[in-house]
Amino acid sequence: MAEIRKSEGFIDWLDQRLAVKAFMRVMMTEYWIPKNINFLWAMGVVLVVLFGVLLVTGLLLLMYYKPDINLAFDSVNYTIMQEVEYGWLWRHMHGVAASATFLIIYIHLFTGIYYGSYKKGREIIWITGMVLFIAFSAEAFSGYMLPWGQMSYWAAQVITNLFSGIPVIGDDVVIWIRGDYVVADATLTRFFMLHVVLLPLVIIVVIAVHFYSLRFPHVNNQESEVFDFESESKKFLEGDKKESKVVPFWPVFLSKDFFVVGFFMTIFFALVCYQFDFAMDPINFEPANSMKTPAHIYPEWYFLWNYEVLRGFFFDIGGMAAMDIGLIAFVIANIVFMILPFLDRNPMNTAPAHKRPVFKYWFWLLVCDMIVLTVYGKLPPTGVNAWVGFVAAVIFLGLFIALPFITKHEAKGDAQ
Amino acid sequence: MREIKILAIVVFFTAVTYWGVEPYAHSQMHPHVAPADFSFKEIEPLHVNGNVDNGKALVEANCITCHSIKKLGFEAPLSAEDSAASYGVVPPDLSHAGVIYDKNYLAGFLKDPVGATKLSHKFGDAKPYAMPSFSFLSEQEIADIVAYFGTIVSTKVSNKVVFEEACGRCHSMKYDALKAQTPSSFMKSYLGAEAPDLSMMIRSKKAEYLNTFINEPLKMVEGIAMPRVGLTEVSQNQVISYMESVGDRKKAERESLGLKLIGFMAIFTLIAYLWKVKIWKEVE
Repeated sequence: MAEIRKSEGFIDWLDQRLAVKAFMRVMMTEYWIPKNINFLWAMGVVLVVLFGVLLVTGLLLLMYYKPDINLAFDSVNYTIMQEVEYGWLWRHMHGVAASATFLIIYIHLFTGIYYGSYKKGREIIWITGMVLFIAFSAEAFSGYMLPWGQMSYWAAQVITNLFSGIPVIGDDVVIWIRGDYVVADATLTRFFMLHVVLLPLVIIVVIAVHFYSLRFPHVNNQESEVFDFESESKKFLEGDKKESKVVPFWPVFLSKDFFVVGFFMTIFFALVCYQFDFAMDPINFEPANSMKTPAHIYPEWYFLWNYEVLRGFFFDIGGMAAMDIGLIAFVIANIVFMILPFLDRNPMNTAPAHKRPVFKYWFWLLVCDMIVLTVYGKLPPTGVNAWVGFVAAVIFLGLFIALPFITKHEAKGDAQ
Repeated sequence: MREIKILAIVVFFTAVTYWGVEPYAHSQMHPHVAPADFSFKEIEPLHVNGNVDNGKALVEANCITCHSIKKLGFEAPLSAEDSAASYGVVPPDLSHAGVIYDKNYLAGFLKDPVGATKLSHKFGDAKPYAMPSFSFLSEQEIADIVAYFGTIVSTKVSNKVVFEEACGRCHSMKYDALKAQTPSSFMKSYLGAEAPDLSMMIRSKKAEYLNTFINEPLKMVEGIAMPRVGLTEVSQNQVISYMESVGDRKKAERESLGLKLIGFMAIFTLIAYLWKVKIWKEVE
């Protein structure tokens, strides 16, 4: 046990018992981040802030929400939106923050791909990030059901039904998930449990692992330059701050992040108060009605690319049912990003995309293709739309099939 | 400079995606329709001026056998339950009919109720409409009735009263404790569909859509059971305002608080920027 002296003050008292000074050094003032970065490196902190917004507003909403199909809609749209002081604000913030989180996740993800931050020791950061993506997707889907509006109900009906495509046990799995033969009260209550307890817990744990896994390979930089963090941090501590290639997390890195967060939250509140339809679809202000199918059923915008990969295969090929091909493609689309570090056969080259001869085309093609999938995932799948969706879905899968060959080819070029 | 370029790229791709899934997708899902027509063009306008006294006699002889005119003390001859049972739907009170409905429409409605309401796909010889046609009256007599309705009230009608008279026979407004005058059990057999509660309709359909929809439902939704009721532009705006005051009653608070929140974050951003510049000066 450490020697306990008479303390010189509160911090010292705490330090003797909790080593807060050492803790602050490790977590803040001597947590080294490369200096050569741009604002895209602030997306992680923006996501933390958004998660905080979701957590706090979620707790406030939880005080009035009723997870019962007869009460849910009115508890949200009457009690929270109209009766509770600023209830509308918490709900709008919660809904818009959910959408904004996905926008930032996508920027964060594409940043990682562009700068090659998913390989050469950073695989675990990437994989935990993709686990977070899946956990947030489940969180968003379960949360969307809670207001029990038309799209809550019908999206739940369509998405839970996807599991019936699993061979042999599919139909039983669907009933097991729903807790009933159709989406009903049991479904709402269990998704409520997932949304407010289980999934947030999982997310918090995985965020911790995500941050932890970042400490060993260190944060990447704009040029993917490899340098000795130990000697660079030493330089900084000795006062050679301008020469050093690193900066401490606090206050230098965070001072920039605060600015980026402020910029982003200014736009966020404009969306919350004036431009919220993209995140809170008007159709979900209509109460769920199992007798009335909406003319157009579509998921929230951040699931559209995925949904279009599923929907894109609209005709049978070689005796295989369109639905089965779509489902297989959908499953692949959901896991393919997870294995990206292993599809890249040029693991040692972490240069940013614009310095890689073929990969840069691959990257921008992927971005454009996912935007096409997103837009066509919302449009009615008729006529030429269906074909655009089909081609975009094929290109999406094709890009990931081509990636090992492209990177292998690049690796050969590097070796010469 | 490099960061501005990166920001421009991020903004560009975000904007394209937004445009694609919001304005563009919605324009594809809800094809453009002609704007609301408050002149009810296809109904032939009246060519004669009405005589109020004559109209009064005609109304008392023809209308109040089924309709109430509470402003004048004419109560409904049957209870809501009984009239719904006999007509399928509760007949409207006519106190404000001359004010809230378009005059042209009213004349057209008296001559041909099914045509004016655009309900020929629901009513006909096999299933007659509750309101009989008064086409046996002369053009002059129709004009007299319409002229008389316009004189019953002189004060401005409140938004809620317009809603109650124009919409409240079939629709409820749960969040304002308004229950449809026709018991809901009758609605389905009368029109073949239940009339939805309108509490949140302003948020689910939005004012712009409602403006075209209420003016002529059939134009917006094929085969819909809702009649064209012939509201004037002013009274239709009153209905929409009322719906907004119930379904989106925090709108004003939202719009004024929005400015404060944006202002707060803008100041935060400015201070954060100055601090960032100061901190980074030491390291760059």
